[in-house]
Amino acid sequence: MSDNKSNPLPPAKLDDPHLQPATRHPERMQNLAILAMVVGMLGFIAFIWVYWIDASNEWEAATLTVGMLGLGVGTIAWGKYLMPQGPFVEERHEFHSSAPEREAFNAAITGRGGLEVKRRGLLLGVFAVGGGIMTLALLVPGVRSLGPKPAKSEDNEGPTEDSLFTTNWKKGAKLVTVGGRQVMVDDLEVGGVLTVFPKGFEGSSPDQVILIRLAQLGPNDPPYPIAPPGKTSWGVQGYVAYSKLCTHLGCPVGLYQERTQQLVCPCHQSIFDVNAGAIPQFGPAPRPLPQLPITVDATGQMRANGSFDQAVGPGFWERP
Amino acid sequence: MIDKSLNWIDDRLGVAKGGRTFLDKIFPDHWSFMLGEIALYSFVVLLGTGVFLTLYFVPSAHEIVYHGSYGPLRGQKVSEAYASTVGLSFDVRSGLLMRQAHHWAADIFLGAIAVHMARVFFTGAFRKPRELNWVVGVVMLILGVVNGFLGYSLPDDLVSGTGIRIAYSIMESIPLVGSYLAFFLFGGNYPGTGVIIPRFFVLHVLIVPAIIVGLLAAHLGLLVKQKHTQFPGKGKTEDNVVGSPMFPTFMAKTTGFLFMTAAVIFGLGGFAQINPIWQFGQYEPYQISYAVQPDWYMGWLDGAARIMPSWEWVGYGHTIPFEIFLPAVIFPGLIFNILLAWPLIEWFKTKDSNYHNLLDRPRDRPKRTAAGVAMLTLLFGVFFASSTDVMANFFQLPLMDVLWFFRFFVPLAPIVAYFIAFKICHEMRDAENIGKRKRALIVSRTAGGEYVTTDSAPRPGDSHEELEAIPVPTFIDTTDPELATAAGVRRVIR
Repeated sequence: MSDNKSNPLPPAKLDDPHLQPATRHPERMQNLAILAMVVGMLGFIAFIWVYWIDASNEWEAATLTVGMLGLGVGTIAWGKYLMPQGPFVEERHEFHSSAPEREAFNAAITGRGGLEVKRRGLLLGVFAVGGGIMTLALLVPGVRSLGPKPAKSEDNEGPTEDSLFTTNWKKGAKLVTVGGRQVMVDDLEVGGVLTVFPKGFEGSSPDQVILIRLAQLGPNDPPYPIAPPGKTSWGVQGYVAYSKLCTHLGCPVGLYQERTQQLVCPCHQSIFDVNAGAIPQFGPAPRPLPQLPITVDATGQMRANGSFDQAVGPGFWERP
Repeated sequence: MIDKSLNWIDDRLGVAKGGRTFLDKIFPDHWSFMLGEIALYSFVVLLGTGVFLTLYFVPSAHEIVYHGSYGPLRGQKVSEAYASTVGLSFDVRSGLLMRQAHHWAADIFLGAIAVHMARVFFTGAFRKPRELNWVVGVVMLILGVVNGFLGYSLPDDLVSGTGIRIAYSIMESIPLVGSYLAFFLFGGNYPGTGVIIPRFFVLHVLIVPAIIVGLLAAHLGLLVKQKHTQFPGKGKTEDNVVGSPMFPTFMAKTTGFLFMTAAVIFGLGGFAQINPIWQFGQYEPYQISYAVQPDWYMGWLDGAARIMPSWEWVGYGHTIPFEIFLPAVIFPGLIFNILLAWPLIEWFKTKDSNYHNLLDRPRDRPKRTAAGVAMLTLLFGVFFASSTDVMANFFQLPLMDVLWFFRFFVPLAPIVAYFIAFKICHEMRDAENIGKRKRALIVSRTAGGEYVTTDSAPRPGDSHEELEAIPVPTFIDTTDPELATAAGVRRVIR
């Protein structure tokens, strides 16, 4: 408002049309605004009371909403109808500085400090590299301390926390439920499914396996279904077991449709054919669910007959 | 009394001169300028309710036995994060209201930012000198989405846990560094070593909000310094701003609007249930629920992941999971970079480096408007694609058909939308009297049986007389007692 400073305007008269209320009945509007604010006040008082007697969440919300709405409507009515609406105008000023000001500013940045030293570029360069290395040095503990380095390959025998390749499934590992109960060969009816873990690792994410009974078959029948070549004996007595981690984004593939014999991932609707080695039939999943070879021991306990032949879960760079 | 205290302050801080300019700051009037205010005020509610929540939430994955007042969970082993969130909902008075209001405020915050941004885009308000403020705004949007996801993940319930699992897999999918990123953030292979909830917590309640607050200050500071844009109209030029003053008119209206926004949020918080985590149960990595959907602002990413074909690349001993990397990393990266760079993109096209304080009508910039419509069509397309399963159920269609529909719809619809929007803009621009109030046509028959039409006379209000805008008066002469009592309320002006 530099205009005002140099050249003060005459004071506005009260009957100046710019100052008039934006309503034909200012008194009525004023009463309305007051009424709304009083309703709001009552709402807030009611809220305190409602809180005091520990009424429901709904009552708290209702009183608070009435309070805020009342106060809000009153304030807006006041501002919109009873305060001067103008229109008023404000001039914009040239945004940028004047040419000499700019020059002086630029000169201060480029020229200053270079008066006595000739190799200012080198100094600047060394300073920049030093600062960069310092940032890197500070980032090393800031990032590296956060977690373990992922193991490089599948040969890793370490704990599953340190590797995307390993699971706790080993030849002979007992199949147990999340509660730790041993799974027996006659536990499931045909069409039944069960989430199982290796004994001792109940509830572990990378170890989760879905066990499905596809047929009622005896020990001497061929293992059903006929899976991909080389995996014909990975099922046993009509049972198959697959990693429950979706190969798309790692959700548990928890929906089994018995009629179509498909496993469906509820997250992004990838569908896997359990009859044919859980190959993806549809959706974004790129790979079959890794199959777990299983067997039944002499006492009818179900056991793993080895581990997965590949990393479970979604894809990542180091996966061969 | 007021004079005295103001003088006391001015003696010490010297604020009278600048303060007066600030009180006289002009706010142009248009409904669409309220959208940013909704975002601002829902952020205020977010901060308030969020502080309340931090007093009770325990950011820990440590397992305890639940002993709270929610019967079905009693005796179950749950994490402290989950137990404290259920406790917040049932055992802390007003806790459920605050929790649900916080969640609603977050959804409204991001919705308001999106709509505000669309307004700024379609009216060209991002042009010189406001490019930087546009960038600040987009960064706040990105941070808002990130913080929304972080907060949504904290209760450790089944639905949000599934979301964290997906986030882990997305990080894992990045070539070269993916597994390192995921291992560092989670402290190991999924689900990590229990560090993720405390880490998300400090990000959610401190680091990201602090950055947002800083950017918000910059956003508003730039707005004051650069002054508002305005739509063209009587007396409105590139060199002025016409509207109502900051004090008292705008201040009263905007304060009232803060209350209204908060009222709606708390009303929703009380009456519209959101995220009932006690129904979902504690997160277990081997459990899942049907029809799990993220919060609305993550829906577009979920939809993109769904419609992506299974294009995994394998070779040279390595895997690039393009079926994740493209829709979940490259796609949002591309979208956000286009948004960030839009002022630059437009400058490359127009080479226009003039100041622009008057807004465009969207129809007057057909290409920009069409580009914006295409972008919105793309985003809405992937957003709706995130409910393929629900749609298949609802319309009794095979899931596969719904998916294939979206695989074509998402890339093709934006192109069609571009040309339709472009055409509509051109038609509107060429139409006569566009934007003017329509007058009734009088059809009359002449004696010879001929029909003629004539315009009716203007009705009162058709030619709305706007006053000439004047600078905010320095002083109001309140000496006329008669006038003062007649209007009753005018003394506020002082």
